[in-house]
Amino acid sequence: MIIGKTNRTDNWWFEPLWTGIGFFAFVIYTTWAMLQANYYWWDAGANGFGGYLSPFYSPLIFINPLAQGSAPMDHSWFGFWPEWWPSLIPASPAILILAGPLSFRMTCYYYRKFYYRAYFMSPVACAVKGVSQKHYKGETALLIFQNLHRYTLYIALGFVVILSYDAILGFFRNGQLGIGVGSIILLINPILLAGYAFGCHAFRHLSGGKLDCFSCPSGKQKIRYKLWKGVSWLNGEHMLWAWASMIWVAFADIYVRMVAMGNWTDFNTWGY
Amino acid sequence: MRNFRIFRGDKSGGKMLDYQIEVDKGMVVLDAIHRIQTEQANDLAVRWNCKAGKCGSCSVEINGIPKLSCMTRMNEYGPEETVSIRPLKTFPIMKDLVTDVLWNYEQNKKIVPFTPDPNLKNKNGDYVMMQEDIDRIQEFRKCIECFLCQNVCHILRDQGKKDKFVGPRFMIQLAGLEMHPLDTQDRIPAIKEKFGSGMCNITRCCTDVCPEHIQITDNAIIPLKERVVDRFYDPVIWLWRKLFRRKSV
Repeated sequence: MIIGKTNRTDNWWFEPLWTGIGFFAFVIYTTWAMLQANYYWWDAGANGFGGYLSPFYSPLIFINPLAQGSAPMDHSWFGFWPEWWPSLIPASPAILILAGPLSFRMTCYYYRKFYYRAYFMSPVACAVKGVSQKHYKGETALLIFQNLHRYTLYIALGFVVILSYDAILGFFRNGQLGIGVGSIILLINPILLAGYAFGCHAFRHLSGGKLDCFSCPSGKQKIRYKLWKGVSWLNGEHMLWAWASMIWVAFADIYVRMVAMGNWTDFNTWGY
Repeated sequence: MRNFRIFRGDKSGGKMLDYQIEVDKGMVVLDAIHRIQTEQANDLAVRWNCKAGKCGSCSVEINGIPKLSCMTRMNEYGPEETVSIRPLKTFPIMKDLVTDVLWNYEQNKKIVPFTPDPNLKNKNGDYVMMQEDIDRIQEFRKCIECFLCQNVCHILRDQGKKDKFVGPRFMIQLAGLEMHPLDTQDRIPAIKEKFGSGMCNITRCCTDVCPEHIQITDNAIIPLKERVVDRFYDPVIWLWRKLFRRKSV
């Protein structure tokens, strides 16, 4: 059978095409940005508390202070970049952490829908012939790891906390409270990630979906029911949160990078 | 005049035949099929019943998309557009637009039915439930068994795994039973093994075609997959059960 064979007469190919290209573009940019290992921090040369940190590089496990646009050493969790690090691989803090949020997205129930369609063509669209697999096993064999999505959720929730701290950091410059365009961009970032992570199907299950009875045995509404209702509300637009948070995190990196390189001016209340 | 192409044939084979008829304002595709049947093809076989989108009988594929013909208005298509109508691809053809959906009823028989705990009856002998506990289940009760979701599911349709996966319609049946506050049966092992929850790769076509707009994937299949994870894949829950000899966490 031919892939793409269908009797559909509408533009069924449009959705897998734009989602496939969109995510591919994100992966290309993320990989490029990760390998740069520079211009991920900007505080206008001011010392002290505060500055913009690219979300791709947060948390800073190690720091190579010799890299241009790198963060001050006191932001490093474990100090200087290790000497044992292979010279062929860029000394990029992003390399050490990006697998975490990426694993959350790659096992996400929404992303699975889109990449099974766009890349695996299983199926490419509804009622459209995809790749025929004689021994199709779904998510029972090679893809059985998808069942551990909840563990990648825990990682993502950790990143919500870390990026929230970074957002607070963005409202300070040399210990002085203020606001800049970058502060707002870095504030929106964890909000979108939180909307995505807290609306996750695995979180919906853990928050209360696993219960057969929300009100037993008292017959009264319980906190888990309200929590589950709230998560379900977020979950209703999970695709939107997924795309918005993904695009925004890339944009936040671009913004910090451009400001740190001196290509863009950050309008702010600090005046420098 | 409007152009139609309709499958004519039976299990031994068939072909698409062209028909031209006048279409009146407000007609649905099923009306057009009936007019063709009346005026040009008296032996055209089509299954229908309520013509109100509630019996689930008139499922066909219109321009390649699985739909109820009684709920598809003719003005969805351009005046010059040829409307093609085919039977459901996933099930054996009986004649023309009528398919044999018996396989679905056989799946239903495999599911352990609702088994409430008689001790939960109140002093009047009634079962009492709170509305918030059955909201989820009531969504699944909207199913009209049109089998459009079964038809579009690529596991049944393209991969031919009817022996491995029970299909979306019965995943919502199972979800409705598993989430029921009064039910006492444990169907999770069967959902994993016998009914094949792991075969579903959640590409959501079932949800896309559901005429009752049941969120099959988000509200039934994924919650069931997560319950299977609780039981069979989550290492922490597994350890907890081993250490504290508890059935659930």
